[in-house]
Amino acid sequence: MAALSDFRLLRPASAAEAVRLRGEYPASRFIAGGTDLLPNMRRGLVTADAVIDLGRIAELSELRVVDDRLHIGAGVTLATLAADPVARARLPALAQAAAAVAGPTHRAAATLGGNLCLDTRCMYYNQSEPWRDAIDNCMKIAGDTCRVATKSPRCWAAFSGDVAPALLVLGAEVQILGPQGMRNLPLSEFYRDDGMAWLSLAPGELLLSVRVPLADGWLSAYEKLQIRGAIDFPLTGVAVALRRTGDLIGELRIACTGVSSRPELIGGLDALAGKTLDDAALSGIDRQIRRGTQPMETTVISVAYRRRATPVLAKRLAKRLWAASA
Amino acid sequence: MKSILRLSVNGKPREDAVADNTLLIDYLRDALGLTGTKQGCDGGECGACTVLVDSRPRLACSTLAHSVAGSEIETIEGLSHAGNLSRLQRAFHEHLGTQCGFCTPGMIMAAEALLRSNPHPQRAQIKAALAGNLCRCTGYVKIIESVAAASATTELSA
Ligand SMILES: Cc1cc2nc3c(=O)[nH]c(=O)nc-3n(C[C@H](O)[C@H](O)[C@H](O)COP(=O)(O)OP(=O)(O)OC[C@H]3O[C@@H](n4cnc5c(N)ncnc54)[C@H](O)[C@@H]3O)c2cc1C
Ligand code: FES
Ligand code: FES
Repeated sequence: MAALSDFRLLRPASAAEAVRLRGEYPASRFIAGGTDLLPNMRRGLVTADAVIDLGRIAELSELRVVDDRLHIGAGVTLATLAADPVARARLPALAQAAAAVAGPTHRAAATLGGNLCLDTRCMYYNQSEPWRDAIDNCMKIAGDTCRVATKSPRCWAAFSGDVAPALLVLGAEVQILGPQGMRNLPLSEFYRDDGMAWLSLAPGELLLSVRVPLADGWLSAYEKLQIRGAIDFPLTGVAVALRRTGDLIGELRIACTGVSSRPELIGGLDALAGKTLDDAALSGIDRQIRRGTQPMETTVISVAYRRRATPVLAKRLAKRLWAASA
Repeated sequence: MKSILRLSVNGKPREDAVADNTLLIDYLRDALGLTGTKQGCDGGECGACTVLVDSRPRLACSTLAHSVAGSEIETIEGLSHAGNLSRLQRAFHEHLGTQCGFCTPGMIMAAEALLRSNPHPQRAQIKAALAGNLCRCTGYVKIIESVAAASATTELSA
């Protein structure tokens, strides 16, 4: 088993101190639960000269309701989030997505921040060093072609975090602390469609918290497809949020994970407002998801299957929420 | 770079000079000789390395030793007392919850965490709590039966 690269471990007690250290050590990395970073370091996918442990920063584990929004510190664990009474009652997609990540032991350590900043994944990338060397690597690590699309100038590794799509349909905003101070961003602007640079975080910036509106009248749900029932990344994952006005759709939002380099908030669904969820609306959903996602050969399960399964999952959830809201 | 790590392992306070990049599993196995905790995969996939950190299950292969400074660590070696098996160890033995035994320390530590927070779990709760632990031998049925049997005994493991 490969040893970890030689690094210094720094354990700041405040977010400001963490950001300062990150600036002082340009080749450093933040670590939260470590359930993504450490396996990646062991496989030689990530190296760092300093690792900044966020585990002692009290402000990162705050979880409370502030002005009709749930404020979730980036260091809140997924186990805590999945069990939180406010999330379960008012933001079910969020609680369900947190509960769907990996296995229970991962979730006890894994944090929301780590989940949102999760490295993108690909079957040519998440491999041991000898395996990667045997195929001459890929552009995400030490190579120059994307093995998934060899003529493509970009990397197609897929974002595979479960929680991001739930937060996208719930209209979440992120709070970021950097050397220049604090800034807020809608979660949709936190991501970029690039397997190698999937976050709009600048080097040195720290994700502080996520704020989710506790709006009335919304129903939401998250579901994923996976090879096994536990410890598996989503082959595709779908979150749906629905607000019904009388017998009509008030607003419907859908976001997908595992099928693009970023979690994808599906566009073009505004047209469904004021309609009922009939067959025509369901084919509209189908069409917009096929248009808005691009599963590539990043998993051993075929592209065709993931392409077909994603709208099926979305329509199933939409129908369930529609029936529940009647 | 090494620095002093203070924590408690199986009830004994310790102070060791440990390199910053040392994983908890390597500290336990290589520095302390507690080889009951197993490395079953190249990181995060199998649960064989599960130990307790302040009574909560944790993957020792995906944890830096220094990040659990000040905590109470428990490994499979800490469960038996004065030569007596804990109720989970006895139940795994009597109900054939172990075959090759490689997954067993991780299974038992994950089950121990469950029984501490939920002394009489339903079968579905046992399955959920062990969902991150892989076994290549038993097919899981005997493992779940073992945990259920242990939860039915009144003997305390501590
Ligand atoms: C076997 C296995 C199965 C898994 N299955 C799933 C799954 O089904 N679904 C899923 O979503 N994930 C899965 N994961 C990945 C991982 O466990 C989770 O995504 C977890 O939530 C990561 O959180 P963490 O706190 O452990 O992150 P870490 O590993 O600590 O960090 C992950 C990344 O985020 C960065 N980071 C962390 N916190 C911050 C912050 N506050 N600001 C800026 N950057 C930050 C780190 O620098 C690092 O690059 C799996 C992992 C394994 C090993
Ligand atoms: S050794 Fe496999 S999960 Fe830790
Ligand atoms: S008993 Fe052999 S792996 Fe579980």
